[in-house]
Amino acid sequence: MLATSDTPLKRTPLHALHVSLGAKMVPFAGYDMPVQYPAGVLKEHLHTRQKAGLFDVSHMGQVALRPKSGQVEDAALALERLVPQDMLALAPFRQRYAQFTNAAGCILDDLMVANFGDHLFAVVNAACKEADEAHLRAHLSDSCQVDSLADRALLALQGPRAEAVLAQFCAEAPAMRFMDAGPHEVAGLGCFVSRSGYTGEDGFEISVPAAQAEQLATALLSDPDVLPIGLGARDSLRLEAGLCLYGHDIDTTTTPVEGALEWSMQKSRHSGGARAGGYPGAETVLSQLASGAARRRVGLKPEGRAPVREGAPLFADQTSSEPIGAVTSGGFGPSLNAPVAMGYVPTALAINGTRLFAEVRGQRLPLRVAATPFVPNTYKR
Amino acid sequence: MTTLFTTDHEWLRIEGDVATIGITDYAQSQLGDVVFVELPKVGRTLKKAEAAAVVESVKAASDVYAPISGEVLEVNEELAAEPALVNSDASGKAWFFKIKIADKSELGGLMDEAAYKAHTA
Repeated sequence: MLATSDTPLKRTPLHALHVSLGAKMVPFAGYDMPVQYPAGVLKEHLHTRQKAGLFDVSHMGQVALRPKSGQVEDAALALERLVPQDMLALAPFRQRYAQFTNAAGCILDDLMVANFGDHLFAVVNAACKEADEAHLRAHLSDSCQVDSLADRALLALQGPRAEAVLAQFCAEAPAMRFMDAGPHEVAGLGCFVSRSGYTGEDGFEISVPAAQAEQLATALLSDPDVLPIGLGARDSLRLEAGLCLYGHDIDTTTTPVEGALEWSMQKSRHSGGARAGGYPGAETVLSQLASGAARRRVGLKPEGRAPVREGAPLFADQTSSEPIGAVTSGGFGPSLNAPVAMGYVPTALAINGTRLFAEVRGQRLPLRVAATPFVPNTYKR
Repeated sequence: MTTLFTTDHEWLRIEGDVATIGITDYAQSQLGDVVFVELPKVGRTLKKAEAAAVVESVKAASDVYAPISGEVLEVNEELAAEPALVNSDASGKAWFFKIKIADKSELGGLMDEAAYKAHTA
């Protein structure tokens, strides 16, 4: 899904701002995106955990699901045909994490869905957004209008100072709890604000009309506690938080149970629940929910200093020739000052403390199965 | 003492038949924050262009290739303990390893400082 050299890269509404801030730009999901600013990945990561970081996530897809009946319950029930989550129980102005599944019960994309009172608002991954919108139109057009909100940018303000910073522009922000979401004015602009993010920190995501995005970003950056943060630190922050990166830790070959995402699937959609199954691949997902899957995503902590990166094969011991799994994300965790990784292992070995080996440059490096998040999250619940 | 450079952004400080090898300031600025360095074993015989060391930033791992052939005489243990030295002092304290030059004719293909500056300009 990455752009090749003959595909012109798309730009977010903040592209000129990134360039003026001295960002190093790289291709990501078809967009020319900032991977880091002059502060560098390490400082950007630590600043986000200590103060606040501003991320441009405008490449992600924003979609409105409007029920033709005018009843948001109808949009919720329609969406339940595509995801294993309870959408009907999602209260007004609340948000939850969901996955689109395919016929094999594997993950087409992961997304956030908010109930905006009279319609649903979803944020999906950049690399999947066209496919997701087509998927929604193909399956839900009988009951919903699917609107791509391509004229909106998306900013994430993350870190312990995010609340105080946003409060200067949005008086309602401090009263929001983790996963509250809805329309709010920010600096006088018509925004959608959710108290969420993908760093493990307290923070907000702000959907703003594209034409005013730079104005809002500049206003937020004028606070001395806020630094612009690139994709490099976004990745190390989400990895320390134990959060999945779609296309790496979860994809069309992994089910939500294999991906250790049972927490996101409410009981009402399990076997025996009020609305059990009813989404693509439900038989597989329900059977795995009842009896477990053969493999499972786990956190991994290398014992040494060497980062163990995506693709490294995992072994049960130092000598066996057959890998038992592989690392799907890995790198260095600046807040832990140590390498961290995640990957898939046989469920029998998915027990915290289990010692395994990753092969890196021909050497077997010891690592241990570890609980995630690696860095405790600081959500305001 | 002369300093030579490779197109892979390594520097070599030549003293007699010993070369001290590191990566250039330009290379460290491209890599970003260095968090891990793996050095070759003392006594290992390196062939020119063979992967000799690894330098890892938060985002990615990069190989450091042997710019010339020779036996590894010494490695910088201080660098292994404090990889961020690569960012703060790439051409000084952050040397990687020293090798005994096996074939001085291999130095002929390397650049002097002026040529390297032109190469990175």
